[in-house]
Amino acid sequence: MFHALADASRRGMVDRLSEGPASVSELARPLAMALPSVVKHLAVLEAGGIVLSVKAGRVRTYRIAPDALSTVESWVAQRKAKWNSHFDRLEQYLSDQTRKPAAGDDEDKS
Amino acid sequence: MKSPLIERGSFSIERTYDAPPKDVFAAWSQVEAKARWFVGPENWTLVKRELDFRIGGHELLHGRLASGRDAIYTARFHDIVPDERIVYVYDMHYQMRDDKTHLSVSIATAEFEPIKNQTRLIFTEQVAFLDGTNGTEGTSSREHGTGAHLERLRNHIRPVGNG
Repeated sequence: MFHALADASRRGMVDRLSEGPASVSELARPLAMALPSVVKHLAVLEAGGIVLSVKAGRVRTYRIAPDALSTVESWVAQRKAKWNSHFDRLEQYLSDQTRKPAAGDDEDKS
Repeated sequence: MKSPLIERGSFSIERTYDAPPKDVFAAWSQVEAKARWFVGPENWTLVKRELDFRIGGHELLHGRLASGRDAIYTARFHDIVPDERIVYVYDMHYQMRDDKTHLSVSIATAEFEPIKNQTRLIFTEQVAFLDGTNGTEGTSSREHGTGAHLERLRNHIRPVGNG
């Protein structure tokens, strides 16, 4: 079974788009992923009715599909999606930790 | 329509992590560790982070979103049992220049349950959304609609390319 939102990179893209429209290259920039893979992920999201795209010249811009509801379900679901995003990152962090148990705190450039 | 309506809801998330409870708990109790996973979306930038992890202690995560708007999370810890549970109450505010909007108030619990060498994390949040009708302009349908799509998708997503 293929769940569009079972994938952490797609959740990340939706999270990003919830802040405003973005082009494919803007969406790809923070990801360690080739453009064609990003395009493929976006196609899955578009097929699911989650995002829409518009092509202007050579640039395709994606946005969250506008027929959104403002019911309590959508607010709660969005909050839940945020936490799922956090917990994806927590999983990544924990697996990084177990891979290098000897390391203390490594460099943090924030 | 000026009268604000409060929208209430709750949800739970269960995750199983390949690490013992003390490690998963530490990812919540230590600020350096929490900074690795408790962050905003892509293109979000950190303004300020604070974590005073004790009962009565305070947490702050202030970030700037890609849209230029600030998202401010403030929490207070109400109950902590090391390696077992964390109970806290948190507020979310949005701020654009001098216009600050109180989005929500939540009570959240994180429970850490050992399963062999793994940990089941059960996160539950009860939330009151305060910004349903009188909030920051433009935040309603497009941004907050995301979740509806996510839920809708879970219900009917099919394998790509065949029906």
